Amino acid sequence: MTDPVQTDRTLPVGTWLIIFSRLFAIQGAWNYETMNGNGIAFCTEPALRLLPGGIDGEEYHQALGRHAKYFNAHPYFAGVAVGALARAELDGVPAPMIERFRTALGGPLGSVGDRLVWASWLPLCSLIALGAFGLGGRPLLVIAIFLVTYNVGHLALRAWGLRVGFKRGLRVADALAHPVLRRGPQVVGTLAALIAGVSIPLAARAVIGGGRNLSALIILLAMTGGLFLARLGGRVEGWRISLIVLGLFVLFSVIR
Amino acid sequence: MIILDLLPIALLGAVLGMDVVTFPQAMISRPIVAATVAGAFIGNASAGLVMGAVLELLALEMLPFGAARYPEWGSASVVGGALYASQAFDPAGALPASLFAALVAALFSGKSMVWLRRLIAAMAARQRASLQSGSRKAVNGLQLAGLTGDLIRGFCVTLAAMLVFHPLIKAIVASWSVDARYSRAFVVAIVAAVSARAVWKVFHSVPGARFLFVAGLAAGAVILVTR
Repeated sequence: MTDPVQTDRTLPVGTWLIIFSRLFAIQGAWNYETMNGNGIAFCTEPALRLLPGGIDGEEYHQALGRHAKYFNAHPYFAGVAVGALARAELDGVPAPMIERFRTALGGPLGSVGDRLVWASWLPLCSLIALGAFGLGGRPLLVIAIFLVTYNVGHLALRAWGLRVGFKRGLRVADALAHPVLRRGPQVVGTLAALIAGVSIPLAARAVIGGGRNLSALIILLAMTGGLFLARLGGRVEGWRISLIVLGLFVLFSVIR
Repeated sequence: MIILDLLPIALLGAVLGMDVVTFPQAMISRPIVAATVAGAFIGNASAGLVMGAVLELLALEMLPFGAARYPEWGSASVVGGALYASQAFDPAGALPASLFAALVAALFSGKSMVWLRRLIAAMAARQRASLQSGSRKAVNGLQLAGLTGDLIRGFCVTLAAMLVFHPLIKAIVASWSVDARYSRAFVVAIVAAVSARAVWKVFHSVPGARFLFVAGLAAGAVILVTR
């Protein structure tokens, strides 16, 4: 076995590019049994070809089989796992150690990603785009603002994850203590709360169009609705209630 | 619209539906993007953007956490954007009726994602031996099957929703009786209520979020008054 903490190993550029492009399809076979498992195998496979014996070697098949088992992580952070597992395999780390590491890695990569991306970065970018719409932005400008802002973070995370995973191998857990990952959700959340206050009324006003003199009625209805939803807590999702209320409104307007 | 006219919209729904989970998750499936692009396909991107903003305000509430079951906004936003953009001169009931259609599409599209995931799980179970023995063909095959399945799912959901709702929305709009201003006001009140709760739900644990939200509202009010 080679030294599992050696830092000078690199991947050929072509292999790195194939793995990076495969990361975008890592959830292609997402399911309730193995979750991201097959995706992890699919993404690490180009690196496993570098194992002794290549694609016909016993090591390749054993490693690929190991990685096709159950795994769950945030899709953007799964690159950390792909990089770290590829590195561990290429360094010849014993299989039981790789499997224990693999099991331990999923949870943290899921929770860090959910908090940073789904609960902070995505809402922030949505609210910025809604603000741009509320300020009268043209369609192309609004979607460009959203897609560019969001994907700067998205692509940076994927690239960082794969690079840091491969560089650190089994020691990758330290990277998850990076200040951006620890403090990021709070900073982004703070900014998003402020932007939400600006963007939601602006976007609502832009949708109202000619009915601006009904603002008082709308605010009253929105506050009543908001309080009603708050009373329900997490029992019913707002969009489902919207669906029912809209259905009744459509029915009322048609049969009246 | 005849079925041939609907094919580009269904293809758009297929591609943007995939973005939600399987490929590439660049959030081109978010309503503010998907509905606007669908509107542009019809020739009215501005109407698509209005529908996109309304759906985006609702979608703020449902974040795609792991194995949670959530509405599929990609294909649904294409349906909503295309339906609303195809109503010439923005008649009174166009926005609420198209939004209703988009939400129904989101509900069924979300369910279709669950069915697809179960199907992939069944395929993975059938190929367990090959997968665990490290067969490259099995690993790549399952991944490709999942991606193809999702593309077909999005296409079918979008096409079916457009086939059902395009004539239905036309009929609803033709017999709509509520004033246009009140119809829009009703829609805005609903989405504002849902989005306010969503923002609270997402950010309530952030220190000072309440103060910042109120400060933002004040800034928003100033902008509204001065513009």
